[in-house]
Amino acid sequence: QAVTVEVLDHLEQLALVDFRDAEGVERLQKAIRFADQLQEVNTDGVEPMDSVLEDRCLYLREDDVTEGNCTTELLKNAREKVEEYFVAPPGNIPLPKLEERETFLKGS
Amino acid sequence: ALEKGVWRFQVSAALREGHVSPRELCQRCLALIKSTRFLNAYISVAEETALKQAEESEKRYKRGQPLGILDGIPVAVKDNFNTAGIETTCASNMLKGYISPYNATVVQKLLDQGAVLLGKTNLDEFAMGSGSTDGVFGPVRNPWSYSRQYKEKSVPKSHSEDEESNWVITGGSSGGSAAAVSSFTCFAALGSDTGGSTRNPAAHCGVVGLKPTYGLISRHGLIPLVNSMDVPGILTRCVDDAAVVLGSLAGHDPKDSTTIQDNFKPFELPDSPDVSKLSIGIPKEYQAPGLSSEILALWSKAADLFKNAGAKVIEVSLPHTRYSIVCYHVLCTAEVASNMARFDGLEYGHRSEMNKSTESMYAATRREGFNDVVRGRILSGNYFLLKQNYENYFIKAQKVRRLIANDFLKVFGSGVDILLTPTTLSDAAPYMEFIKEDNRTRSAQDDILTQAANMAGLPAINVPTALSERGLPVGLQFIGRSFQEKQLLTVAKWFEKQVKFPMIQLEEGKWHNHDVFQHQKSASFS
Repeated sequence: QAVTVEVLDHLEQLALVDFRDAEGVERLQKAIRFADQLQEVNTDGVEPMDSVLEDRCLYLREDDVTEGNCTTELLKNAREKVEEYFVAPPGNIPLPKLEERETFLKGS
Repeated sequence: ALEKGVWRFQVSAALREGHVSPRELCQRCLALIKSTRFLNAYISVAEETALKQAEESEKRYKRGQPLGILDGIPVAVKDNFNTAGIETTCASNMLKGYISPYNATVVQKLLDQGAVLLGKTNLDEFAMGSGSTDGVFGPVRNPWSYSRQYKEKSVPKSHSEDEESNWVITGGSSGGSAAAVSSFTCFAALGSDTGGSTRNPAAHCGVVGLKPTYGLISRHGLIPLVNSMDVPGILTRCVDDAAVVLGSLAGHDPKDSTTIQDNFKPFELPDSPDVSKLSIGIPKEYQAPGLSSEILALWSKAADLFKNAGAKVIEVSLPHTRYSIVCYHVLCTAEVASNMARFDGLEYGHRSEMNKSTESMYAATRREGFNDVVRGRILSGNYFLLKQNYENYFIKAQKVRRLIANDFLKVFGSGVDILLTPTTLSDAAPYMEFIKEDNRTRSAQDDILTQAANMAGLPAINVPTALSERGLPVGLQFIGRSFQEKQLLTVAKWFEKQVKFPMIQLEEGKWHNHDVFQHQKSASFS
């Protein structure tokens, strides 16, 4: 079944990436159909695998500060900054709803 | 040195003996890069810093204190590795102009050994693709498109058709690195390998492409695609060189906790490898639909070579092979959805002018910065990670991953030492043909023989084998046991010596000065 507009809208908000056009939506539909082939495999009693190194202990270093003080370096790549701060537009403002957004999904 | 054969000449020895100086070598490579710009293999060329590094190297050679085999050797690095002071773009608008403040661990290690960093190579945007055609700086052209071997075999379709429309792709996503090595502009290059991205272009460009075991080489500074599968890849013109580069890169890195802590000992490969005591497995599922009859025949001939040398060659089965691509598709898009979340315009990279709110600025930045392929994968990944889908897609894929990894465990556990498979389904496609299908379809087709090794974290290597009927390189792949790179490379070296893959014959006019080749033409540096 095709993905509903509600889900598509939800995905655009979660991903903060837009579908752009019908091709984008079709791309997702194709991806889902492709992924559905997984259902053919019998995975009864099989544990999910997170990492091929699951049998080993992850390296944890000592909780000591060994480097830092590179504020100037790090700020070099930011477009908007003030003193030692990255400047962001106002937060806590949700993305406009579907009807008010610049999106291909509008009116679907 | 004689033992290596007249046509293989060691650049490293030449540097040590003073036949050529690091500066000369660097200058020649830079000149060659300029004259091969039409290949579009490089995104950034770091001319000034490279020459400085070459000068330092020269001083060391004069003092008789080179840092090692890699001292003075020109190398190139795929543009998804962070390089301090040099732009790192991942072939995306999102990172155009991004100058990294640090070197990826593998880059630092090369520099510490005295290697000369010539520049950053082209790729598919964010390493997503199998053609090196989907980056923001345009596609990479396979140097073999301009070889005498290819030209002789191609039939001009019309009077007006010229080589411009006939060129073939490099494969991907590390196409720039493969092209750079194949065209002699550098002696070794770094790529990355998540689904075959080092081995695939290595096969199409006729070079050695090594994917090390997951956890052997640090990923610190490699802009991540799939954290549980990515590895830095090594591209060279011969197996011995790959062993040298591996020796300088492998080992635990405190900055990458997914590197194993075992002590890694760099190794040299035997001059005359012996394969008679080995068991070579031929997985029947790798006779995939679409595999060209040429490659099938080469694969069979290769198996015979091993048989005649006394090795035990047996057919084996990896039953879940055909699900590896679907599994990869889900796990990759899921990890991509997470990894790409860092690109929001705030700390680095492209930032949109939109500033009504943080969310809308992020959305606009990402809308402007990512291409269709990247956006498509992010959206698919987010879909598979939705609460209602998590179990059926993400967890399911993780379970299938275990089944795939277990297939390999079973086969290696039954006494097989090395697997022999094709690397690609066919030789390189012409660009005009390749772009007729979309990125995901192509990746699904092209990764089929390489992906499972990433799924299981195993080491694998492409060895150039022969030329196809169209005069283009075809390679075969060896897959080894975890952390058994020495055995893998030993077998690869033996095979390389047997097949004697021909050198690319480049048309003189196109490639500027023939003298430039005096030291590059040698396949190896070690």
